[in-house]
Amino acid sequence: MTQEKTNVELNALATVNDPVIEIKELYKSFGTNEVLKGVNLTVKKGENLVILGKSGSGKSITIKCIVGLMGIDKGEIKVFGSDITKMDNSELNKIRVRIGFLFQNAALYDSMSVRENLGFTLMRHAKDLTAEEVENQIKEILESVGLSEAIDKMPSELSGGMRKRIGLARTLILKPEIILYDEPTTGLDTITSREISELVLEIQKKYKTSSIIITHDMACAKHTSDRLMILKDGVIHAEGTYDELEKSDDEWVRSFFI
Amino acid sequence: MSNTLTAKKESIISYLKETFNDVGNVTLFAFRFFKEVIKPPYEMKEFIKQCYVIGYKSLPLVTITGFIMGLVLTLQSRPTLAKFGAESWLPSMVALSLIREIAPVITALICAGKVSSGIGAELGSMKVTEQIDAMEVSAINPYKYLVVTRILATTLMIPLLVIYADGIGVIGGYIGINIHSDVNFHRYLAQVLESITFLDIFPATIKTFFFGFFIGMIGCYKGFNAANGTESVGKAANSAVVTASLTIFIIDMLAVQITDLFF
Repeated sequence: MTQEKTNVELNALATVNDPVIEIKELYKSFGTNEVLKGVNLTVKKGENLVILGKSGSGKSITIKCIVGLMGIDKGEIKVFGSDITKMDNSELNKIRVRIGFLFQNAALYDSMSVRENLGFTLMRHAKDLTAEEVENQIKEILESVGLSEAIDKMPSELSGGMRKRIGLARTLILKPEIILYDEPTTGLDTITSREISELVLEIQKKYKTSSIIITHDMACAKHTSDRLMILKDGVIHAEGTYDELEKSDDEWVRSFFI
Repeated sequence: MSNTLTAKKESIISYLKETFNDVGNVTLFAFRFFKEVIKPPYEMKEFIKQCYVIGYKSLPLVTITGFIMGLVLTLQSRPTLAKFGAESWLPSMVALSLIREIAPVITALICAGKVSSGIGAELGSMKVTEQIDAMEVSAINPYKYLVVTRILATTLMIPLLVIYADGIGVIGGYIGINIHSDVNFHRYLAQVLESITFLDIFPATIKTFFFGFFIGMIGCYKGFNAANGTESVGKAANSAVVTASLTIFIIDMLAVQITDLFF
C-alpha cells in the first residue's frame, strides 16, 4: 500500500508525453451479458478522445470503470501511471480529485443551489480556503462557463443546457487534469449543443485537460475530437481522426458519418 | 401436477434466497454505519439539517396523532372501567398504556410512513439521477454524508418525538375524561405521575432508539440500493415503509420479552 501511494505521488510528476489513461484488455460483464470483451485504449496528455458506438455498446461503462464507479472483471486501467483496479478507496480518491466527470444529465444535487453545488465539492477538498476565497473561486468558474447570473438558482430552475454548464463548472472547480464527458450534448438543441462543444474545446485550451468524450452527436465529435474510437461488440473496432474514419473502407464505420 | 409442485417449490426457494440475501445485505449496510460513524470528517451541518427535517417537521403530525391516541383511548376504555366501578383508574391506565406501548409504536409507525419513505424516495431519486455517483467521483463519501447523518438523526429524533407524543397523549386523555366528568388538571396529572415508575419509562424509551435506528437504516438502504429507472424510486419508498413497519413490530415483540426477563 505504501508502495502504491509512492507511485501515485511519483506519477504526479509524469512527463507531458506520457499517456494519462491506459486501458489494457478490459473485460466487464453483467451476469451472462458480456459488455466489454477486451477494450484497449490510450489517452495522451492534452488530447480529446471521442468514443462512438451504438447504444448499449459499453461506452459509458468504460468511463465509469476509469473512475472506479464500476468494478471490472479483468484487465488493467492505468490513470497517471497507476493501476486504479488495485487501489483501495483512499488511494482511488486521490486519483478521483484529479479527474472530472460530466454526467449525462449533469447530476446536480437537487437540494442545493448552484453556489452550494460548487462549494460542496470545493470545501471538502480545499479546507484551508476561507469563505471569501471559496466564493471567489465559485464566481470565477461560473464566469468561465458563462453563467454568473445563475449562482443563486436551484437546479430545477435551470434549462438543460444550463445544467450541463453548471455540471461542467462543478467538475472544473477542482481543476482536474482529465475530464470524462458522458454524452455532453444529449437532449440539447443544435445551437446549445454547439455552445457546449465549444465550451469543451475552451476548457481543453484554458485548463490543459485531457478528455474522453462519449457521444452520439457527430457534430460534437467533429468539433471536439483529436482522435476517435468506435466500440463494437465489446472491443475497439476502429480508431483514427474524424476525417480518416469518415473515409473508412468499413461500411459500418462510415454509417456513423452519414 | 408434479410440475406445478416443482414450480411452487422453486418459487419458494428463490423467494427465501432473495429474502436471506436481502437480510445479509442490510446487515452489511448496518455494519458499515458503525464503521463510518466514528471516522472523521463529521458532517455536522447535514446532521443538524436532518434533525430539523425529521424531528421538527414531524411535530404537527405527531401532535395530532398523539392527541387523538390519548383522547380515543380514554373514551374507549371508560365504559369498560365504569362497568367494574374503576373509573378512577382511568388516568393511570391511559398514561401507562400510552407510555409503555401505544405512543412508542404508533409514533414509530407514523415516522416509518413519513420519514422512512421520505428517505427511501430521496436517496432513490439521487441514485437514479446519478447524484450519488457524482459524490463518489468527487471523492466524497456518499455513505457518510447521506446515510450516517440520516440514521443518526432518526435514532436521536424518534425517541424525542415519542416522549413528546407521550405528553400530548396524556393531555388528550385529560380532555377525554373531561367530556363526561369534571376533573381538575392538577389532580389528573398527579394521578398520572403517581402511577408511572422508572421501569415504565426506561424500557419504553430504550426501544424507541432501536425504532429510530431501523427507520433510518431501512429507508437509507432501500434508497441507496434502488435500481435504475424512476419506477424504482416508488418501489424504494414503498418497500421502506413496509419493511420499517414490520421491523417496528418485531423489535416491539423482542423488547417486551427482554423487559419481562430483566424488569
